[in-house]
This record gives sequence, C-alpha cells and structure tokens, in this order.
Amino acid sequence: MKDKIIIENLHLKYSDGTESLLDINMRIIEKKITALIGPAGGGKSTLLRVFNRLNDLADVAQVSGKVLIDGINVLDPDLDVIALRRKVGIVFSRPLPLPLSIYQNVSYGLEVAGEKRKNVLDKEVERALQLAQLWDEVNDRLQDPAASLSGGQQQRLCLARTLALRPEIIMMDEPTSALDPISTLKIEDSMSELKKDYTIIIAPHNIQQAARVADRVAFFLQGKLIEYDLTSKIYTNPQDPRTQDYITGKFG
Amino acid sequence: MRLRFHNPRLTEKIGTIFVTLVALSAVLPILAIVVYIVYQGSPAINWEFVSAMPRNGMHEGGILPAIVGTLYLTVGTAIFSVPVGVAAAIYLSEYAVDNALTRNIRLAIINLAGIPSVVYGLFGLGLFVIFLNFGTSILAASLTLSIMTLPVIISTTEEALRAVPQSFRVVSTSLGATKWQTIRRLVLPQALPGILTGVVLGLERAAGETAPILFTGAAFFLPRLPNSPFDATMALPYHLYVISTQVPGMPIQIQYGTVMVLMMFVLFMNLIVTFIRSRARARRQW
Repeated sequence: MKDKIIIENLHLKYSDGTESLLDINMRIIEKKITALIGPAGGGKSTLLRVFNRLNDLADVAQVSGKVLIDGINVLDPDLDVIALRRKVGIVFSRPLPLPLSIYQNVSYGLEVAGEKRKNVLDKEVERALQLAQLWDEVNDRLQDPAASLSGGQQQRLCLARTLALRPEIIMMDEPTSALDPISTLKIEDSMSELKKDYTIIIAPHNIQQAARVADRVAFFLQGKLIEYDLTSKIYTNPQDPRTQDYITGKFG
Repeated sequence: MRLRFHNPRLTEKIGTIFVTLVALSAVLPILAIVVYIVYQGSPAINWEFVSAMPRNGMHEGGILPAIVGTLYLTVGTAIFSVPVGVAAAIYLSEYAVDNALTRNIRLAIINLAGIPSVVYGLFGLGLFVIFLNFGTSILAASLTLSIMTLPVIISTTEEALRAVPQSFRVVSTSLGATKWQTIRRLVLPQALPGILTGVVLGLERAAGETAPILFTGAAFFLPRLPNSPFDATMALPYHLYVISTQVPGMPIQIQYGTVMVLMMFVLFMNLIVTFIRSRARARRQW
C-alpha cells in the first residue's frame, strides 16, 4: 500500500481565528477511501481545501508544516496550483452546477485546460457521465441547462465534472448532505467503483456513511486529529474515549 | 386576563392604498412631461426635420447635424468609457485587495460622480482642447463625456460583478481555471445584464449633457455633417439650449420637436438594452 498523501506537522489558522488545524500528522493511502469524521468546525473541510489549495481563496493567516502529495509539498508557494487542482478534484456539499449546459459543466475543466478538439471533449464528457452513473439519464439532453436537473442528478453532474479531468485524488465534502437516500446510494455506489482507480477522501455527512464506504476513518475534534485507523477498528474498538463517545452518539 | 387583539385588516388596507397612491404619484410627472412634449413637439416631426440641414437661421429645415453629432458623441463616449470602466470594475471587484489604495480609488470614484458637469467641461477644455491640442472637437468632447460617465459605469459594473455568486468562482477555481478564465467564462457573462444597464445609464446621461460639450466640441451652428473626429459638431442638447435661449423668434414646435428627438434617441437606447437584458436573463440559471 502506497502513501498518496503524507501530512507532517500541519498547522493552519484563519485570520478571523475560526476553525484551524493543529499539528496534523497523517498518511492517506492510495486507491482507498479515507473518511474524515467529527463534529462541525473540527477542521475536515479546511484539511480538504489544503490538498487542492482552495484555501488560497479564503482568508488564511498562517500555514506551516508539510503536505506531500506524491512527494511534492503542495504548500510550496511556487507550486503550479492549476496543475494541482487538476490532480486533486473536489465535490462540494451542495450541488453547485455552473450556469451552463450539462455538457459544458463536464467539459469546463477540460476546456480551461486548453482542450479544444470536439471529438475528444465528446468522448471525455460521455466517459465522465458514465462513471458518475448519469449518462443514461441525460444523454438525450446534454445541451439543457444543468439547473434543469434534480438535486441528486446535479450532484452526480458535479462528480462527473471532477472526473472529466482524470484526477488522481477525489475529495468529497459532505457530498450527499443535500440529497435524498436514493441519490445518496447512487453516489456511494459510484465511490466503491471509483476507488479502483482513484484515491478518495470523503468528509461524510454522518458517521453511518463513513462506516458504509470508508476503508479508513480519521476522527477530528476541534482542529486535532484524535484517532486514525481502519474503519472496523474505529467502530468496534476505538482507542480514545472521545472517539468512542462520538461514534456512539454521546456528542456531535 | 383577556387578551385584546388589535384588528390589523383596516390598517393593512389603508397602508396598501397609501403606498399605491404614492407610487402612482411618482409616475405622474414623467407622464405629464412626455405627454406635454409629444403634444407640443409632434407637429414639427416629419422626414425633413430629421433628415435635413437647418436653414434660415435654424428657423426652418431639419436638425440632422445635431442628431448625427449626438450619435457620434455617444458612440465616442462608449468607445472610451466602456472598456476603461468595465476593466476598472473588474479590477476592483475581482483583483483588488482591501487596502488603503483601493479604498481611496473607490472614494475617488464616488467623488467623481458628484462633480457638477460644468466642471468636467472646464477640465476637458483645459486638458483635451488646449493642453493636448485636440481643439474643440468630437474627440475632445467624447473624452470629456467619458470621464463624466466612468463613475456610473464603474460602480454599476462592480455591483453586477459582485452579485455573481461566489460559489461559481470557487467551483471554477477547483476545476483548474485561472482567475481570468473564471472571469471571462463565468463571471462576465453572468454579470452582463447588470453591466449593460450601467453602461446605458451612463451613456444616456452623456447623450443628454450640455455643459461638458459646451467648451469642448459643440458648435452653435454648423450646417454640415462632421467629417473627422477633430471636427466640432452640433449636438441635440446644446442645439436645444441655443434655439431656446439664443435665437429670437424660434417656433416652439421646433424646440419641442428637438426635445422629442432627443427623448426618442434615449428611449431607443433603452429599448435595445432592455431587449439584450431580457435575452440574457432568460439564459440565466440562478
């Protein structure tokens, strides 16, 4: 098992003092599903936004430590963040389709990367929509606005949009929190299919989802990594009493 | 204790009637002005009036040079003020960080909007006509009108850009788009209706202004069409001033006819933009 991401002594602080990360050390394994669990404000979303430097858009006061993806420190200010973001895709908690057609939503990332060949775009759009299990529902109306899709379809579109770039890591920040159980199931199905080729990091919107999909679970509390282990261990034999309390529902 | 409820249905009714009446009263002056101008001006409107040169000391003939002049000035103003204004707004909304410099730029823009138009006229005379030696010309007048129009375009465009949801920018960035790609592909198309509104508001004001062109490009009487940007020109608002106050014995129909043409010019600009905006809105999906 190869480490895809190695985090060493990561500290992060926002300038308004909210949600921060304190001395995170963690290794995320390639082609597995890693779940980040814990109550809101624990640092899960922040950590995800470190991996693709989306925090550059937020008001981050200071970051220190190292985050190595395939041995390259992504915190390096000289890093090619555009290339990083193509390699590390993200699906957000709300379906956020761009105000474009279904097709354009999926081709967007490829087009901004400079891909202009129509036949390549067509092929990649179909491939991504197939992977996200959306192709059969939309292949006859690719030019319709993405907003015309249902919430569950929109979220699968967002997954397809990320997959179109053929990333190596897919992050999902509470990807099903706005979805009904059927749509949730479809997304979870896709995940187990996708982990053959992709490293997946998910911040699930409840602990049951982590139990269903994840190979490993990391428990975050107030910016600290409390416990990180195989899913079965976390759920049956947690080492830290706080983990125990959280997964048994005493708080959270 | 027995609770005593006040019955709000009557006050609701009175309130509704009151705000409706006040809203109507705001429309009344506009209606009155339009009706009066059409009533007084329409007898003067015919093909000759909009297509011929003025004759007999402007008492007869048409106002073609003034119409064409105002068209040139408006287009000239658009050429200078729209790119600069939109670019400035993009900078302020998308690139500028909040520091003393950008706060001062914003303050300057707000102050620019409050300067009386005759001051722009004098400034244009000093800078463009004399110092840069453009002479009293369409070029100098357009540049002067541009400076006057800029604050309107900048502030409305900035508003329109800020109204585009931040989430689109985050998503676009996460898909590997650069800032400029995000602006060009997502933010600008979404903000277009709002930007157009601002542009037209600004240009309409420019088309109707007299003071800024008074010293910089407007001609009292020039019965031919301008043939270069360095030519002076007649223009509708200044022509109106001239025939209303400077020429004795001017038939009232010609004065109101000129007003009507100016109004129709502005109305036409409004219609075009309303059309473009409604088409853009129909495509908008948030």
